Amino acid sequence: MSMKISSRQVDGVTIMDCSGRITLGEGSVMLRDGVRELLAKGQKKIVLNLADVNYIDSSGIGELVSAFTTAKNQGGELKLLNLTKKVHDLLQITKLYTVFDVKEDEAAAVKAFK
Amino acid sequence: MAEQRVSYTLDSTLETVDSAEEKATNIATELGFGEDEVMQISMAVREGTVNAVLHGNAYDPHKKVTLAFERKSEELVITIRDQGKGLDLSKIPNPLAPENLLKTSGRGIFLMRSFMDVVEIRPSKTGTELKLIKHVHGPSAGGKEASQ
Repeated sequence: MSMKISSRQVDGVTIMDCSGRITLGEGSVMLRDGVRELLAKGQKKIVLNLADVNYIDSSGIGELVSAFTTAKNQGGELKLLNLTKKVHDLLQITKLYTVFDVKEDEAAAVKAFK
Repeated sequence: MAEQRVSYTLDSTLETVDSAEEKATNIATELGFGEDEVMQISMAVREGTVNAVLHGNAYDPHKKVTLAFERKSEELVITIRDQGKGLDLSKIPNPLAPENLLKTSGRGIFLMRSFMDVVEIRPSKTGTELKLIKHVHGPSAGGKEASQ
């Protein structure tokens, strides 16, 4: 299953609903382009909703890191929402879970932006 | 589990990465590994194949990746070979070091080591050979926890 992304606005925050696989190739490129497009448009409060992301490889992990740092470097903020167990476990073993701001509730994620 | 060996010669393409992962999933499932272990094996094979295709053969259409699955009585042995220049293991940084946490690459070998019981990497001038081994655990052992 390839990756799909759709975006919506909630109280000035952009929620990117991602589904499928974030892996080397198309999935990673779609995520990268999607985040950069939002930042270019000045939408700097971003939540990646990963509820329907069932698989992520090391390239996908790298892409999440890249999205996080790119947003931060441009004065924005990126949070992760609704991690599946697989993605949660991967971020734990790579010690990235505490690097990202991870939320389990969309309303709380939106509210958490300053 | 009857001993059996199957091998494939594959192009240095992204399609090969997906194909290798799918083959690993199917074989690990057939061998009766649990759902978590199947995911670990398939992801390790994916990461190993990514390294072979990208870093080893650098997408060179003249270079091939060989992938072999060997079913032994107590383990699944997977071998991935490329025809690249070989890699210098001493130059691979620890992805868990604080200064490397925000790097966007360099986690593939770490994930393989986390998910497999044995990971052997033999670099040479004619390419790199990667051997991944997953032991067959008894029903009481359950799924193996990821370890360092």
